[in-house]
Amino acid sequence: MNLGLELMAGGVRGGTSILYAGLGETVSERAGVVNLGIEGSMLCGALAAYAANAASGNPWIGALAGAAAGGALALVHAFFVLNRKTNQLATGLVILFLALGITSLFGAAYVDEIITPFTIWEVPLLSSIPWIGDIFFKADPLTYLSYFMVPLIWWVLFRTRWGLMLRGAGERTEVLRTYGHRPQALQYVAVVIGGLMAGIGGAQLSTAYANAWFENMVQGRGFIAVAVVIFAARQPFKVMAGSYLFGAALALSPALQARGVSINQFALNAVPYVATLLVLMLLARRGSDDAPEGLKKVFEMSPG
Amino acid sequence: MRKRWFMLVAAAAMLMTSTVGAAAVSAATDAAPGQDSKAVGFIFVGPKDDFGYNQAAYQGSQAVQKAFPKLKVLTAENVPEDDSAARVMEGMIDRGAKIIFATSYGHLDAAEKVAKAHPDVAVVQQGNFIEGTITPNVGTFFGTVYEPVYLAGVAAGMATKSDKLGYVYAFPIPQTINNINAFELGAQSVNPKAKTYTVNTSSWCDPAAQAEATKSLLGQGVDVITQHQDCTSTVIKTTEAAGKMTVGYHADASKLAPKGWVAGSQWAWGDLYTDIVKTALAGDFTGSKYNANYRVGYKTGENPFVQSKFGSMITAKDKATIAADKKTISTDGSPFAGPVVAQDGKVIFAAGVVPTYAQIEATDVFVKGVVGDIPKS
Repeated sequence: MNLGLELMAGGVRGGTSILYAGLGETVSERAGVVNLGIEGSMLCGALAAYAANAASGNPWIGALAGAAAGGALALVHAFFVLNRKTNQLATGLVILFLALGITSLFGAAYVDEIITPFTIWEVPLLSSIPWIGDIFFKADPLTYLSYFMVPLIWWVLFRTRWGLMLRGAGERTEVLRTYGHRPQALQYVAVVIGGLMAGIGGAQLSTAYANAWFENMVQGRGFIAVAVVIFAARQPFKVMAGSYLFGAALALSPALQARGVSINQFALNAVPYVATLLVLMLLARRGSDDAPEGLKKVFEMSPG
Repeated sequence: MRKRWFMLVAAAAMLMTSTVGAAAVSAATDAAPGQDSKAVGFIFVGPKDDFGYNQAAYQGSQAVQKAFPKLKVLTAENVPEDDSAARVMEGMIDRGAKIIFATSYGHLDAAEKVAKAHPDVAVVQQGNFIEGTITPNVGTFFGTVYEPVYLAGVAAGMATKSDKLGYVYAFPIPQTINNINAFELGAQSVNPKAKTYTVNTSSWCDPAAQAEATKSLLGQGVDVITQHQDCTSTVIKTTEAAGKMTVGYHADASKLAPKGWVAGSQWAWGDLYTDIVKTALAGDFTGSKYNANYRVGYKTGENPFVQSKFGSMITAKDKATIAADKKTISTDGSPFAGPVVAQDGKVIFAAGVVPTYAQIEATDVFVKGVVGDIPKS
């Protein structure tokens, strides 16, 4: 397999978990709530999926459990941020540490469990297309599901009445309230959807990609997702591009090493971050102006 | 970057939780380090059930408990390789421990710091090497891991069909460099065409990075993969799923690779830990072999790193060859018996030379036949 092809295939493989978390965070932020705890939702999803998979022997039951666990953790974030009006950034971090502790505690028993992982399924015909087939159509079922989630979330956010209201909640809750709607309920749903998606991302990591559970195995991919979302200006398709780009950059180092190419290892390790920052900056020139009004308040640290 | 970020926050969290003041000034006593200690402390860099390095060390601590039922065995998991390790050890000393095992390579600085502050506490560190003079209450110890790894390399050289072996490692520490070299030399001894392709992950446990590294190696035609990682299951499962072969490290994981398991090496720390504790309790630590950079191998005694079982592709004849190699290493041979040549053609050990353990540990280049560079900072 040549290097370019391997990087692109690696981009989809390594980027899918980030994509799920990023799509979830997009929904959440469109409704005006930043959730740094998305990293924690991924961890909870990774563990719950692994545990449910080990118990049931069915990867789909695992993925559902992962989604539920990710959503449940996001619900805690939603409660504090929306009901108790706590600072969103600080709450997200606390939620992450809560998840880190909980998953380390309950996850220890699962480190040496063996599961029934999602396996690679090659799509007939499509997988034999040169390049495209190798990159997109020799993947696990959760990766295929993500191909549908991206347009679906775009459509819901930008082409449905519900999506309009959700974005309205992210801009000015007063307006929605004036018209007799309940912006808080919308925000609750958005944050929980964000957690569900991140939970599936975690499930993809533990039960499809790495086929292992280990404490703190998400290793910052949730934070990368938040960064991708901000730079991608909360546009689902740009989030997809950013996630794959990051995945490809992660695949660069092992791909070069396996070929015996000598490049400074520590420089290589910085490539994913530098590349993602550069490209997404170009993609999102207007990014900050586009941010929902509700979010700007969060980053200005003024009370919501 | 993300790793550093994590460590920063983790360190902050550690500060909040461990308010054990470092002010616990050691009571000046004349007792020998570790003598008549009521407790013994163990710190681990990872969780005690990682199917690998830390699990083996934890099992060693439990063997100590069994050998000394009256001793209080204190254990701490997930202790980072920075100054917070010193605080954890201080906390154990406050609880009566006068013998401390710091079991990860990166715990050495903290271990030396704690030992300096507490002359009555014996601190032993597993796997690192102290340069220069060694104070009376410190020591490092380790098995000569590369001996069984060499034998596993012989098995890998026999098993490979593509003559391409893969090595997924974390960081280029001396232990790892020796392992990679020994693995390649072992394979070469039976298969001169064998090459070892190396990929590092810059983390002791990042399963997703391990998966990607494994896929990259498989993509280059590698058909036997081994590793030096703290958590080992992802590399093994990914290799097995691709229908390729595995050489284990740290623990017997043959059940993860029923088809592709070739051979491996695993830890058995119990006896060595127990003997160190016994020596210190008796007041004999200072000046003993443990008050030094103690290395035990096939030549000098019971190597705590032992061979795992073989897979079905290793025939009785192959096993006899490997057993003969083991005998040679145990007597007048070495995995690094000259001539050993570096990647660039420079001679590391000349023909006829059988290097000492110390000479082998000082090797800092890959041997010829290893593909990949040692990352430099």
